[in-house]
Amino acid sequence: MHKIIKKNRLSENVFDITVSAPLIAEERQAGQFVIVQADNEFSERIPLTIVDADAEKGTIRLIFAAIGASTRALARLKEDDEIVNILGPLGKPTHIENFGRVVCVGGGIGTAPLYPIVKALKAAGNHVTVIIGARTAELIILEPEMRAAADNVIIVTDDGSRGEKGVVTAPLKRLCESAAEKPNFVVTIGPAVMMKFCALTTKPFNIPTIASLNTIMIDGTGMCGGCRVSVGGKTQFVCVDGPEFDAHQVDFDNMMLRLGSFKKEEEHKCRIGLST
Amino acid sequence: MNQKTVEEANAEAEALRRLYAGKTLTPAEKMKIPAQEMPNQEASVRARNMEEVALGYSEAQAVVEASRCLQCKNAPCVKDCPVHINIPEFLKAVAEENFKEGLKVIRRDSLLPAMCGRVCPQETQCQKNCTMGKALKDVDQAVSIGRVERFLADNVEAEPVKTAPETGKKVLIIGSGPAGITCAADCRKAGHRVVICEALNKPGGVTVYGIPEFRLPKAIVEKEIENLKKAGVEIRPDFLVGKTRKLKDLMDKEGFDAAFIAVGAGLPVFAGVEGENLVGVFAANEYLTRSNLMKAYDKDRALTPMYTSKRVAILGGGNVAMDAARTAVRMGAEKVSVIYRRTEKEMPARKEEVQHAKEEGIEFLMLKNISRIIGDENGRVKQVETVSFELGEPDASGRRSPVRVDGSEELLEFDTVIIAIGSRSNPLIRQTVPEIQFNEKGNIIVNDNMETSLKSVFAGGDIVLGAATVISAMGQGREAAKAINERLKS
Repeated sequence: MHKIIKKNRLSENVFDITVSAPLIAEERQAGQFVIVQADNEFSERIPLTIVDADAEKGTIRLIFAAIGASTRALARLKEDDEIVNILGPLGKPTHIENFGRVVCVGGGIGTAPLYPIVKALKAAGNHVTVIIGARTAELIILEPEMRAAADNVIIVTDDGSRGEKGVVTAPLKRLCESAAEKPNFVVTIGPAVMMKFCALTTKPFNIPTIASLNTIMIDGTGMCGGCRVSVGGKTQFVCVDGPEFDAHQVDFDNMMLRLGSFKKEEEHKCRIGLST
Repeated sequence: MNQKTVEEANAEAEALRRLYAGKTLTPAEKMKIPAQEMPNQEASVRARNMEEVALGYSEAQAVVEASRCLQCKNAPCVKDCPVHINIPEFLKAVAEENFKEGLKVIRRDSLLPAMCGRVCPQETQCQKNCTMGKALKDVDQAVSIGRVERFLADNVEAEPVKTAPETGKKVLIIGSGPAGITCAADCRKAGHRVVICEALNKPGGVTVYGIPEFRLPKAIVEKEIENLKKAGVEIRPDFLVGKTRKLKDLMDKEGFDAAFIAVGAGLPVFAGVEGENLVGVFAANEYLTRSNLMKAYDKDRALTPMYTSKRVAILGGGNVAMDAARTAVRMGAEKVSVIYRRTEKEMPARKEEVQHAKEEGIEFLMLKNISRIIGDENGRVKQVETVSFELGEPDASGRRSPVRVDGSEELLEFDTVIIAIGSRSNPLIRQTVPEIQFNEKGNIIVNDNMETSLKSVFAGGDIVLGAATVISAMGQGREAAKAINERLKS
């Protein structure tokens, strides 16, 4: 059982919870995730990246968007309520070293899993620029934390309500083209389509780029194969081989199709979720 | 074939039971006793529910079936049982209506008779060389040992596990499948403290995530797990050794004297054909885990979705393939086809499961393989290209190996493909415990004592054998426990 110690609402449907999970808090490294299951019988297993951890207090911090029936059920839990199952830390940790200049691109809720990586890269001595993209100002998360952790933060919104108007690939391309600011390494986490275009942006500049993938997952331990993606023509499991891969090698088009596997069925679940 | 109802089967058996009561039967008389059929839920009804298909023997049926045992001195049945249950002895007890004694005899060697009675491939083990089957020249006429075993397990209250005085020694078991729970029980009996770490949220391993409710009700697994807990075994769910804690850290930190790795063969194998990552292609593990562990079959309550299919192709001929095919039927698929590259004779699935699958309307496309999966404009499966095979010379396993027939490609309409061609071992232990030696297949190498190359760390079940059966995993768990208990004496 994992007690919810703290709960904040970051925007309309984005929640930030701090949960008791002492073993995971001690063991986790940047880039790793957990599987959360609100109860033991009928709830889904939801993969969530660990945003932060406090080994001393034995807590981990998770940020999620309540967009489906299961995440909405999770969002209904209050402080002092308990989450029955949390498994982790899962996946391979991010490979951290001093690359020199690094650009980290986070889109929407993807900004949350990016945060621990930004911190770790900064701690390793990198100059870190963070680009945060969102549909609109209200959906930008973790801006103060990112400003504290990184050397430079660029905000981009689709509607121009904050920062630059447009998409994250515009400032990313600018940086790649700049002689002084060209990154040696790029990390991108966000919607698949955004990661795809980040990869296409950095490819002509030959800048090593990794993407952290969040595919459909059941067990998270390599058993079901549901999370598989094609990387450089080879099938890889996001849960045990990832979640981070060379973004230039990932077949994002296939990944996007697979992410929609249960669209029809989930619409049905969402209706069930609404009625309860 | 018209099947008897529970009432009809029982009435006939009652009459026979009265007829034979108190008599000592000669072998010739025993041979005349009709083999007792297992009543099943009617095919058209069960194809619409998840409840158990085989309904179990009545008391009278169990007694009559047990009376067929010839009590052979050489007991060929025992030799082929991976845990060497004294089969003639327990059948004799049942024939004499001493059910308590019957269960006691089984439990000397197997703690999981309710599971084994249901999922063991009896026709290739205990029942294969049964003298009755040989005499009647039909393995189907062998004494139905597994069904009598199941009757005892379901109907007789087991005595609680007796444990020796506490030794103060600690044993870590990794994985709570058949190998893990068997080893745990035996180590606990010897008086050691036992902790099982399980990666999933529920203990039971493949019996929980893999084998469907209609073949092995989860309540049976839960009961066995409860018994273990009552005997003092501690179970830690959501604990993935290698990730939550590394094996050696865990052993050092908590002072474990020995460990047993029984993590199974959890990594699905894909066929490596074009189109395998299309939407609608699943590893059987995923399909079954959704349905079993996540209860997705309960569409109104479960939040985990199940893919909606009309025409489902299953690739493979083992028990997992049968489980996936029969689950697809129950999920409402209109047409379900099993595609296998050898013939039905070579299929590794239990005979009864194949029979049940056929009764449920599943089509068997033998001597075929999938060569390509074709998607529509949305990346969803729309067709499967198959290729035909002929049987050639026997291979190393003694099965005749299939040879591809050139130009035999054929396009069939399917919207879902489930791959059930086996599984490999999960690489997690290998990645995190470099001291342990693995073979080229990814299985852990153990010595005659089931010990790995890392001292005091033992291993067994599918992680050693490769994907095998529940009972062989149990046999390994038992052997490992013997070796661990011996080691901890000193």
